[in-house]
Amino acid sequence: MKKTLHKPILAVGPFHPLQEEMEFFQLTVDGETVTDIDVRISYNHRGIEKLSETLQFDQIPFLVSRICGICSASHPLAYIQAVEEIAGVAVPERARYVRTIINELERIHSHLLWVGLGGHFIGYDTVFMWAWKYREPVLDLLEEITGNRNNYGNVRVGGCREDIPDEMVPKILKELDKVEKKTDMLTKAVLDDPVLHARLKGVGILSKNDAVSFAVTGPTARGSGVAIDVRRDDPYAAYGDLDWNVISQTEGDVFAKAVVRLLETFESIKMVREALKELPKGPIAVEVREIPPGEGCGHAEAPRGETFHYIRSDGGNRPTRHKVRAPSYVNVPSFKASCIGQHVADVTLTLAAVDPCYSCTERLAVVDGHSAVIHDYEALLQMSREKTARIKKEIGAPEFKLEDI
Amino acid sequence: MSVKIWALKKSVWVFHVNTGACNNCDIEIVNMLTPKYDVERFGIKLVGSPRHADALLVTGVGTEQAAIRLREVYRQTPKPCAVFLVGACACGTGIFKGGYHVAGPVDEIIREVDPDAIIAYVPGCPPKPEAMISGVVKVLSAI
Repeated sequence: MKKTLHKPILAVGPFHPLQEEMEFFQLTVDGETVTDIDVRISYNHRGIEKLSETLQFDQIPFLVSRICGICSASHPLAYIQAVEEIAGVAVPERARYVRTIINELERIHSHLLWVGLGGHFIGYDTVFMWAWKYREPVLDLLEEITGNRNNYGNVRVGGCREDIPDEMVPKILKELDKVEKKTDMLTKAVLDDPVLHARLKGVGILSKNDAVSFAVTGPTARGSGVAIDVRRDDPYAAYGDLDWNVISQTEGDVFAKAVVRLLETFESIKMVREALKELPKGPIAVEVREIPPGEGCGHAEAPRGETFHYIRSDGGNRPTRHKVRAPSYVNVPSFKASCIGQHVADVTLTLAAVDPCYSCTERLAVVDGHSAVIHDYEALLQMSREKTARIKKEIGAPEFKLEDI
Repeated sequence: MSVKIWALKKSVWVFHVNTGACNNCDIEIVNMLTPKYDVERFGIKLVGSPRHADALLVTGVGTEQAAIRLREVYRQTPKPCAVFLVGACACGTGIFKGGYHVAGPVDEIIREVDPDAIIAYVPGCPPKPEAMISGVVKVLSAI
């Protein structure tokens, strides 16, 4: 008979010093190697889909921008596109460009944020401080345009709320030049650093087959050689008019994901520049009086991947169903492929490499109050004895009797 | 001034508790540590365990799942400790008011454990790092 030992389990979370959000990972370890991983979420579930049914179409963008603070331009945009599909609204040219600019500025700050956190996770705080320093000007620009550093609330059904004033364009271009120069320096430093090569290359590999079978999206997929991008595959806003490239790498390790994110930052800077140069004149919104009955879907490429919103309307002023699928929802299960077989020390980094966003993901909470079992002292003692007996049997320890002493 | 309060006011170490936030306040909290705001020069530091913390930075609405953990974290923190509720959600559940999974507001959850807790409110969605720094200064000069 094959002898099996019970493998030790390492618990990470729910409040983990490295991660901002609550999540709980159970790592089954064999020495230093991780043999299985289990993820428990729903600590962050706030019931947004249900709340959304109690709000009016015009109020929901403010709610969905608070699904996730870092995707707070992509979620409202996907929602708005779903509503506009129902209402059949043609958005003014200028609004399409303003939406693109806000979304790309968001991507720049989000990718720099990830690079910083990635550095922090491996204990390389210099990268952390650099990256976060260089994303500050982008936040200042967003504050100047929309009035808030995050949670922009800039889109509405039929267009945008705030315009980018023409006199602000030179300032944005000047700031972008600075950000580009600094990001260039950061990228070269990161890609050239032997320490980072040693620490990131070959770690947490997600093969192309796994990427396809887990249906991952965004930089996680593009780092594994699956070049999908909603902005190119189904252009929305002004992406169809701009000239840019989809960045992809084939290795699938953490390093490839970092490279994808850093190079995408340059593409985003390029896109914002081009959009600002071609910013059309005209109104930024059309008035939408009512939303007819019907169903609509909208999707947008958030910094972490494709975000998808479904809206059903019965002709009233509130949706009857609102479904959200955030990118991390498909990216998080890929841990099953990328973490198993890794060292424990590499796992936190691999977990962070998909840039998981639990506040996005947590659409479901399972509360089980009925199966709780309360053990009394005698029962615990009995269980402890049974476990000792089981372990002794497994490792083949000799029988021990009190009388032998 | 007791020795404990005197000690609390020097080099405040904070533990960050997310109880169901949208990440924004959390990112702004981490932003405080980075070069533009750099609160570490005042001795304010994020620590990995509530047992090392002088203050708790609580963000989020306090979901049903998080409320249990928040009470436990508060119990583990050495007293006296200051609790900063960062953001509109933590101050009064904000836009998520009435959600079926919301157990907050967070101040009531903490008052259940300790009715005399020192609680400070930093409103905003998200509050700017300047607002958080100002909140810390106001509380430390008041106690």
